[in-house]
Amino acid sequence: MTTTIPKDDIAVGAATPARRASMRLGNRNLIVAGLVVVAFIVPLFVTSFVTFQLTEVLIYGLAILGLNLLTGFNGQFSLGHSAFYGIGAYTAAILIHNYEVSYLWTLPAAGVVCFVIGFLFGLPALRLQNLYLALATFALATAMPQILKFHALEGWTGGVQGLVVDQPEAPSFLPISDDQWLYYFTLIVVLVMFLCAESLIHSRTGRAIMAIRDNPIAAAAMGINNSLYKTLTFGMSALYTGIAGALGALAIAYVAPDSFTIFLSISLLVGLIIGGNGSIPGCLFGGLFVLYVPNIANALSTGLAGAIYGVILLLVIFVMPAGAAGFVRLATARLSRRQA
Amino acid sequence: MMLEVSGLSAFYGQNQALYDVGFSLDDGQVRTLLGANGAGKTTVLRSICGMVRVNGEIRFDGKPIAGWATEDVVRLGVAHVPEGRGTFLRLSVEENLQLGAMTRKNRREIAEDIERVYVNFPRLKERHAQQAGTLSGGEQQMLAVGRALMLRPRLLLLDEPSFGLAPLIVEELFAILRRINEETGVAMLIVEQNAMLALELAEHAYLLETGRVVMDAPADVVGADESIRRSYLGY
Amino acid sequence: MELLLQQVMAGLANGAIYACMALAIVMIFQAIDHLNFAQGEMAMFATFIAWQLMQWGLPYWGAFVISVALSFVAGVLIDRVLFRPVQKAPILSQLVAFIALFSILNSSAGQIWDYTIKSFPTPFGHHPLFGGTLIDTHEAGMIGVTALLLALLYVFFRGTRLGLAMRAAAANPESARLVGIRVGWMTALGWGMAAAIGTVAGILVAPVVFLEPNMMLGVLLYGFAGAVLGGLSSPGGAVLGGFAVGVMENLAGTFIPYVGQELKLTLALVMITVVLMFRPSGLFGRSVVSRV
Repeated sequence: MTTTIPKDDIAVGAATPARRASMRLGNRNLIVAGLVVVAFIVPLFVTSFVTFQLTEVLIYGLAILGLNLLTGFNGQFSLGHSAFYGIGAYTAAILIHNYEVSYLWTLPAAGVVCFVIGFLFGLPALRLQNLYLALATFALATAMPQILKFHALEGWTGGVQGLVVDQPEAPSFLPISDDQWLYYFTLIVVLVMFLCAESLIHSRTGRAIMAIRDNPIAAAAMGINNSLYKTLTFGMSALYTGIAGALGALAIAYVAPDSFTIFLSISLLVGLIIGGNGSIPGCLFGGLFVLYVPNIANALSTGLAGAIYGVILLLVIFVMPAGAAGFVRLATARLSRRQA
Repeated sequence: MMLEVSGLSAFYGQNQALYDVGFSLDDGQVRTLLGANGAGKTTVLRSICGMVRVNGEIRFDGKPIAGWATEDVVRLGVAHVPEGRGTFLRLSVEENLQLGAMTRKNRREIAEDIERVYVNFPRLKERHAQQAGTLSGGEQQMLAVGRALMLRPRLLLLDEPSFGLAPLIVEELFAILRRINEETGVAMLIVEQNAMLALELAEHAYLLETGRVVMDAPADVVGADESIRRSYLGY
Repeated sequence: MELLLQQVMAGLANGAIYACMALAIVMIFQAIDHLNFAQGEMAMFATFIAWQLMQWGLPYWGAFVISVALSFVAGVLIDRVLFRPVQKAPILSQLVAFIALFSILNSSAGQIWDYTIKSFPTPFGHHPLFGGTLIDTHEAGMIGVTALLLALLYVFFRGTRLGLAMRAAAANPESARLVGIRVGWMTALGWGMAAAIGTVAGILVAPVVFLEPNMMLGVLLYGFAGAVLGGLSSPGGAVLGGFAVGVMENLAGTFIPYVGQELKLTLALVMITVVLMFRPSGLFGRSVVSRV
């Protein structure tokens, strides 16, 4: 039985699957590089307030990335990340306010503290699945403001009033304002951490983490130590969000218990889903959404701000059920099919 | 003619799984769909039950049913025992059987039918209050068939009933299927990998290969053809 | 001893509300296999409607029946309009839909009826039960109504064909279709029932916590905790879980030093988490045995 190969497939210059994939990767790297360049230039052209908002977008993006590592890549659902954000923020604030440590050291400190606490929380979490884990993390999130307000700890935490933090100053040899310096500092930290996350996900460890998410039994059967990876991921996730919290403390120059409630956790989760669960670049889109959409809703009508926010959420989810990342993936797939 | 299929194409998203498939089945007949993995046998059954996107004609008693919702096809008297059995694992054996009769109204007849299932499958009676998920593979398969019978179907669609079962259990099951066909006259369309057993039970066979019907012949003809047996049926 | 008994009874009384909420939550869970975070807000909104009907002159029971019926219809509509389009989306995206619903209902209620606290009547009155000091008639009424609801639901799910169909549709929608069950209607029915039960919970709790848009936040949380504690597969477990949460919360607040009102909620949640560690499917939940 002979078959003939249609002429199209071997036509010169055709976009074979392998070629298409490498073209996509090349395009993607180009886009990313372009965006990074834009990110560096932007503060020179916008107001101080917008620079501050962009700093916040980066911070939320990083916090969401932390949640993403746990929920998107490892399948462990968490409503408790406002707690890690708060712990990171308070670690930074306490170090600066009570011990006059330089702001540079607060980031690794917040990271370490949160990693340990996240890891420890991950241990009992091993026994809980899905909704039950959600409840446990919910408990963590609701506990945090109450613990922070607890009168026995007031000496450290400042109780209900919170703590004031000195904003970092730009180094004297750079001709930029404090706000711009804060932005660049945050940008560099965030870029580094995003790159680390990317390399982690593409490593053997990353594949193990995702294998556990997709099929824990098969993963264990392949020799992956589920418990170890799950708790380590919890720790890493907390570390990322904790460092974001520390950056947040520096940016806002103030920490108070009621900034770190369950509503923050929910915002981070919304940001994660809107950006695209399991997508690293999506986290930044999520950060944008979390910062700007509530403001837009408020601007449209202060009384019905919540309702408008809800409607926007619904519209976004109807149009992009897999988040922005899923939408982009679908669009590029359709486009490349048309090219072929 | 109870079931007539012609020019059937089926799609999973962008991928086409069936190309211009045609066959028929009348009341009381037992026919089998054979072929290698991925040939499209399961897809044929799912097409009849409205579980995949299709083009082409499917007629039941002359009525066109292609694209009908699963629940509506069931109400015509088509009972499908799917791949993986589709047992309600958290519910009891008895509840599973009651669910099979969900579209029927006569309580007395339903109760009688449950008893009849227990007669055919005594092991189920022993375990009637147990959670279905705790049953062995063979017992779950029997439960799945029992549940399908509760519909008092005119057509029974069976997807790989021998899958994952020990040979002795499979023989027992097929003997029961034969008896059911003889006693109640229910037609059967059986998708099977175990071609030998299927050809003993069925009177006619269709051989599928990558989504197309490549052979359409009485069971004994297919079973006797050495080259077919060796290339497609593995024995 | 008197104090302990008092606090237990008070806990049971609170627990009745949580139990009712937990029941609604488990209902939805049985219908759609996950949690509806907007359950409390739906109940709150319907309670406001009941209040409005009474403001317009309707007697208590008239308003009760109409608002429960309306919320049933609303539940069905919300399923068809909101939930159906995102059904095929990943579970977390559906979560966002629920969060959106929460936000819309909370904000709208605040806009329509404002945030001032309103009082809400009760048909049971507020006198001490049997003249004693343990609980009052309204609290007893709450416990009674919850028990009645539970009994009705038990009979419905275990004893009727429709109840069985609903359980099947939730457990395995594809198999349910293969036996002829219209899964879409079953889901809608589940939503309607859950909404109605939630409304009953709201109307029962309003006289105690007073009517305002944020009144159900705490109740919802305790309801979740109760439902999870009891094991999400069991309405009876949910009710018991709700009562347990009420009692735990009260006892913790009264008897554990330093805790007081501040950390009551946290402690209750921590206790529940600890229980879950030892019984991961909840106290009464059946762990599903499934072959790999």
